[in-house]
Amino acid sequence: MKKKSFGNRFVASPYIVWSVIFIVVPLVIMLYFALTDTNGVFTLENLANIGKYKKAFGISILYAAVATVITLLLAYPMAYFMTKLKISSQRMLMLIVMLPMWMNFLIRTYSWITILANTGLINTFLQKLGLSPVKLMYTPGAVILGMVYDFIPYMILPIYSVMSKLDKSLLEAAEDLGSNSLTKFRRVILPLTRPGIISGITMVFVPSVSTFYISQKLGGNKTMLVGDAIEYLFNLGPDYYNVASAISLILMILILICLFVMNRFSDDEDGGVII
Amino acid sequence: MKALSRLYVGLIIFFLYAPVLVMIAFSFNDSSSVWVFTGFSTQWYKDLLSNTVMLTALKHTLIVAVLSAVFSTVIGTAAAVGIMALRKKITAKLVMSVTQIPMMNADIVTGISLMLLFVFVGKLIGLHESLGFLTVLIAHITFNLPYVILSVMPKLKQTDSNLQEAALDLGCTPLQAFFKVIVPSISTGIATGFIMAFTLSLDDFVISYFTCGTYQTLPIIIYNMTKKSVTPDTYALSTLIFIVIFALLVFYNTLQNKSEKKSGQKRRV
Repeated sequence: MKKKSFGNRFVASPYIVWSVIFIVVPLVIMLYFALTDTNGVFTLENLANIGKYKKAFGISILYAAVATVITLLLAYPMAYFMTKLKISSQRMLMLIVMLPMWMNFLIRTYSWITILANTGLINTFLQKLGLSPVKLMYTPGAVILGMVYDFIPYMILPIYSVMSKLDKSLLEAAEDLGSNSLTKFRRVILPLTRPGIISGITMVFVPSVSTFYISQKLGGNKTMLVGDAIEYLFNLGPDYYNVASAISLILMILILICLFVMNRFSDDEDGGVII
Repeated sequence: MKALSRLYVGLIIFFLYAPVLVMIAFSFNDSSSVWVFTGFSTQWYKDLLSNTVMLTALKHTLIVAVLSAVFSTVIGTAAAVGIMALRKKITAKLVMSVTQIPMMNADIVTGISLMLLFVFVGKLIGLHESLGFLTVLIAHITFNLPYVILSVMPKLKQTDSNLQEAALDLGCTPLQAFFKVIVPSISTGIATGFIMAFTLSLDDFVISYFTCGTYQTLPIIIYNMTKKSVTPDTYALSTLIFIVIFALLVFYNTLQNKSEKKSGQKRRV
């Protein structure tokens, strides 16, 4: 006979109630706003008007995709080189990579202005060398740089954690069987680190595609991303909640589609995308 | 090859810390410029002590971070235990899928959906201003919960369920069995969850931005400042926070190294 233990399913009930009220219901309300007008009458107009924000969606996806690819290209070798160091240095490096994440990202992003501005550190340096200044701020490049900078730790950490658990004997086996380093990388290391890559990509892409601060600060008001559009409309007041909800809804669906597609690429059985 | 890889690691770290170095340098500037370094002074650190707006915001941030971490750790740990005990696998799967939503979703969507709920309910009960301390706390608990659950869950899976049964057979009440057997074996998971919750809350800007109303936390104040112009006292505060976190991390690291050495010795014996 099984005794009644404290590991009883009822202890989950406060959380289940909480998650229904504060996770499910808010999304239902958002859906309701997206499908009604300001008087609460059903309409599809908000969704039909999304076309106006086609450009914002396009730019957001493009910038976020470029930023994600650059982040991956920078982070992968970093994670690889980290695993080659001795354990104590690896742990120290992990802390060094994580430390900026604990600092306010607004301030860190803002600091880039001091570096990139026309009279900023880079251009002052260029002028000292006798070169002409380059316009760096308020360009697409600056926005993408901001995304790469703010989210690169989220790419390094999952890749590193998968790579550090890689079975060394598999690499030796590949060598013994005559693989050169390129084949070894392509046939052994890359497939085995795929779960880390997948979670890294999602953890960088999702915040990049929905950001509104980075674009405001580093892109000036020239680049309007989806996040900027949502933030702008919500600040206009309750009359604009419906349109803003419709855009948020579409953004959410887009992200879900991306995650779904990414999950197809991962063999992870738990279906867990994060870490 | 080795030198090259070291150079690469160094460059990435330089990239990560360049803005931080800029921030620290300009916190010691003797003019109010964050553009031109005119000379060394510590006046911004003195100014900081009299900047009540910033200090109040810091207090708000800490209150919300501590409370939301405590609440989410308690509710989340109970939730993890309960979800593991759910008999119907389909219910457990459903609950876990809902749990993943705040982690997957963009912060802006989470923030807006919560704001809509609060405004909606506020209107229903006739509140003039529905956003404030309580709403920002609820929002933080909500986005912290999944991280707590996902740090406790793996530890629970590793614990031997026979131990609990044994405790019960030996006359423990279910509650005693829980605190004497289960809690010690999942304590590292609970601690990780708590630390994650605390830091996520401390750092959150987007969700707070939509749910805090007039109860402004530090990231909100910083956001408002960067809309106009940032003064070096913001940099001074960030530098201080940086130093505190750095010290904590180094402390934690040495602690971990020590405990590892100890357990290593035990194993050898």
